[in-house]
Amino acid sequence: MSVGVGVDLEVLAARVVANARPGEEVETYVVRSRETEVKVFGGHVESVSVAGVEGAGIRVIIGGCQGYAWAGSLDADVVLETLAEARDNAGFGTPDEHIGLATRDEMTSSSAVEGLDLWRDDLSAVTTEAKVALALELERRALGLDPRVRGVESAEYGDSMVESAIVNSLGLAAAARRTTASCSVVTMAGEGSETRSAYGFSAGRTFDDLDPEQAARDAVERTVRILGGRKVPSAKLPVIFDPLVCVSLLGLYGAALNGEGILKGRSMFAGRDGERVGGDAITLVDDPTEPRAFGASPFDSEGIPTRRTPLIVDGMLRGFLHNVYTGRRSGSGTTGSAVRGGFKSAPGVGARALRLAPGSRTLDELMSDAGEALYVQSVSGLHSGTNIVSGDFSVGAVGLMIRDGVFAEPVREVTIASTLQRILLDLTVGADEVWLPGSAVGVPLLVGEMALSGS
Amino acid sequence: MIDASVLERVLAAALRTGGDFAEVFAEDRLVSSAQLDDGKVEEFTSGRERGAGIRVIRGASTGFAHTADLSEAGLREAAAAAAAAAAEGGGGATMTVGLTRRSVVRTHDIVTFPDTIGKRDKAEMLLRADVAARAEGSAIEQVSAVYADSRRKILVANSDGLLAEDDQVRIRFSVSCVAVGDSGRQSAFEGPGGTIGFEFFDRYPPEDTARLAARRAITLLDARPAPSGEVPIVLERGAGGVMFHEACGHGLEADLVGRDASVFKGRLGQQVASPLVTIIDDGTFAEEWGTYAIDDEGQPAQRNVLIENGILTDYMWDLVRARREGRPSSGNGRRQTYQYLPMVRMTNTYLPRGETDPADIISDTPYGVYCVQLGGGSVDTASGDFVFGVTEAYLIEDGKITAPLRQAQLIGNGPEVLTLIDAVGNDFATWPGTCGKDGQGVPVSSGQPTLRIARMTMGGTAA
Repeated sequence: MSVGVGVDLEVLAARVVANARPGEEVETYVVRSRETEVKVFGGHVESVSVAGVEGAGIRVIIGGCQGYAWAGSLDADVVLETLAEARDNAGFGTPDEHIGLATRDEMTSSSAVEGLDLWRDDLSAVTTEAKVALALELERRALGLDPRVRGVESAEYGDSMVESAIVNSLGLAAAARRTTASCSVVTMAGEGSETRSAYGFSAGRTFDDLDPEQAARDAVERTVRILGGRKVPSAKLPVIFDPLVCVSLLGLYGAALNGEGILKGRSMFAGRDGERVGGDAITLVDDPTEPRAFGASPFDSEGIPTRRTPLIVDGMLRGFLHNVYTGRRSGSGTTGSAVRGGFKSAPGVGARALRLAPGSRTLDELMSDAGEALYVQSVSGLHSGTNIVSGDFSVGAVGLMIRDGVFAEPVREVTIASTLQRILLDLTVGADEVWLPGSAVGVPLLVGEMALSGS
Repeated sequence: MIDASVLERVLAAALRTGGDFAEVFAEDRLVSSAQLDDGKVEEFTSGRERGAGIRVIRGASTGFAHTADLSEAGLREAAAAAAAAAAEGGGGATMTVGLTRRSVVRTHDIVTFPDTIGKRDKAEMLLRADVAARAEGSAIEQVSAVYADSRRKILVANSDGLLAEDDQVRIRFSVSCVAVGDSGRQSAFEGPGGTIGFEFFDRYPPEDTARLAARRAITLLDARPAPSGEVPIVLERGAGGVMFHEACGHGLEADLVGRDASVFKGRLGQQVASPLVTIIDDGTFAEEWGTYAIDDEGQPAQRNVLIENGILTDYMWDLVRARREGRPSSGNGRRQTYQYLPMVRMTNTYLPRGETDPADIISDTPYGVYCVQLGGGSVDTASGDFVFGVTEAYLIEDGKITAPLRQAQLIGNGPEVLTLIDAVGNDFATWPGTCGKDGQGVPVSSGQPTLRIARMTMGGTAA
């Protein structure tokens, strides 16, 4: 059995860090989670997976060289072997004066987050039976809402309870925990060779936050409204992005505002600090201290308290996201924006809760403003057809034409293209914010003109 | 990895609640990687993951649990959790399981295991790539390179009495470059990979990979916007394999067919593609990125013909769905790690070479787009609509390759595009990638000869 069980994670991490040798900086990140996943199909349980995951990631810095090692275990012997491996790895890097762990000074120079409550004890008391029942109910509701729905491709419930701690040998220690619960359904409609599908979901911090009825309604509405969709002739026209698409789009801007990419010239925003990049009404901040944001977090992945970071203010490029390394190298200091993809990688830089300052126009008003336009319900190929270095943006789109302020015929098998730079300069932000999973807040967006490619 | 008698007891415990089938999948994975950026070797990373996933199938339901504890006690605890998850009441049966070790056929031998190579030698590959990329011209402003190897030992034991093991070694080396010119900045990527040891670098010297990425980025500085609308497309060998992966590969996965979420459902024996099109998924393709001896359900990898001369011949199967249909698995049951349930996945999916000289395909195309590198794609299997990004392409004008084009998406419908293939070349190459499905990523490759699609919609911005 793992000796980690029952032991406080911060204590466990501190024990590892206590092995730091003179001249070494050691950081230990430990995580333990409990996850449930239920899939149902055709009124039956397809699979139930209940699992605990734990792991440790250790960073060792010696003379400006960094080594990293991880293990999918909190077993004491395994963790010590991992420390030895990280130490060995540090011997093969190129020295860099800016590499180092977060110091207490860097920590106290920032504002600590108060009152972020991301954990719900009651989730652990929900039975697997109740979770299965919710998934079955979700599937049943999705099938019963509209006769045009001919099947459910998938109906799922998932939750996780994650606890983590970061301790470093410079005296910094941070612990955090969070719960999440979600359910999602993909419905299919159409006859013969035409099948259209779309998904709906509900997400929150615990089981009781979920609304399977809403998830089913969303999936069904989004599926049936695109039935009969066709390729349309190529044209230049205004485009309105659904709030779900907005979240993905903001992810690209967040990646381009990453301080590491800026320092290394791997961003369309490199060298443009202080320049105009958007219209007067465009203000973009990353604010992980906002409790409604799914990416909210009291600490970043180096143990630094998070904070609100303005990136674009009134259309002007005003800031970038930094971790300790990029903060030191750029001279800007960390913004508490270290992120990591779990214990298997060392901290990088990234956004957690991007938010565009909402505008004054509702979706209906944006639709009236737009004239003949395309409403984009979902995009495909976001990571194959876009490039945050050049700014090229070309994605597959499914949606509906807008005429006279209302939805007209559905559209499929087309692409929309522009550049990320042009989109930002030509953007009207809607009023209705939607707090969605992901690292950004959803809001409807109107882009003045994009190239639609079709027949 | 685990004693056979322990496995027999754990499987018996897993069946205690009345399951029809139980399986232990154990994995010991060792990875190491190194990254160069900004002229510096930034970091070496190593990681180890060991554990077992246990599933119990009872009727149509599967219970699954996993553990990082490979002791008999740890495995029994996971078996009990999986059995409880599978049970909707009842149970109480006593089962015994006797295991027979199955021999494994390997397509090739690993010459130099990467764990026998020193870290300094791995770093050397990165530094060589940096020098070679920067030597391509002063326009190259940034170079990053990643070396990554993995050794994955797996063991599968199930209540049918199967016991099989495999040892999978992979290496991937990738370089991305940023070039800066008057027109702005451009980035480009090249990243070969294989199920192969350190001899990988004899085949793919770091300099070759670096030069390709650097030249691609520099070429893009002069690129013009790609066309918008329907155009004839010529895919250079290797470039377009991902199209077959998206256009029909996913739609031929039996789990999606079984959910009625594939446009290819109910079309076995029918003409679904141009007679020039044969599609094969081959897990035994020596040294390829998606190759293995056994899949993650212990079934031998196979060469499966999916479409032959345009006729749909079969789907791809994992063990569970195959058992339900009373047929053998096709060796396509895969999972990302022991923490996941297996499902139907592709291996190396390709269209074999045809008869036409590739030069003739180009000269026979008055106007079109010549695609040299694609950047990945995705498909909606229910409708068959798919996209893939084009990261290096040129115009074809009067049968000649002319101006470079900026990055853009191509969009099409799988069944339709398969019928529009009107020329297939006599050359061939493959392309490695990570295929994502239901949140699990697995290494796959795709391949094809130079070929032409009569028309597809290109999502550029040019009028």
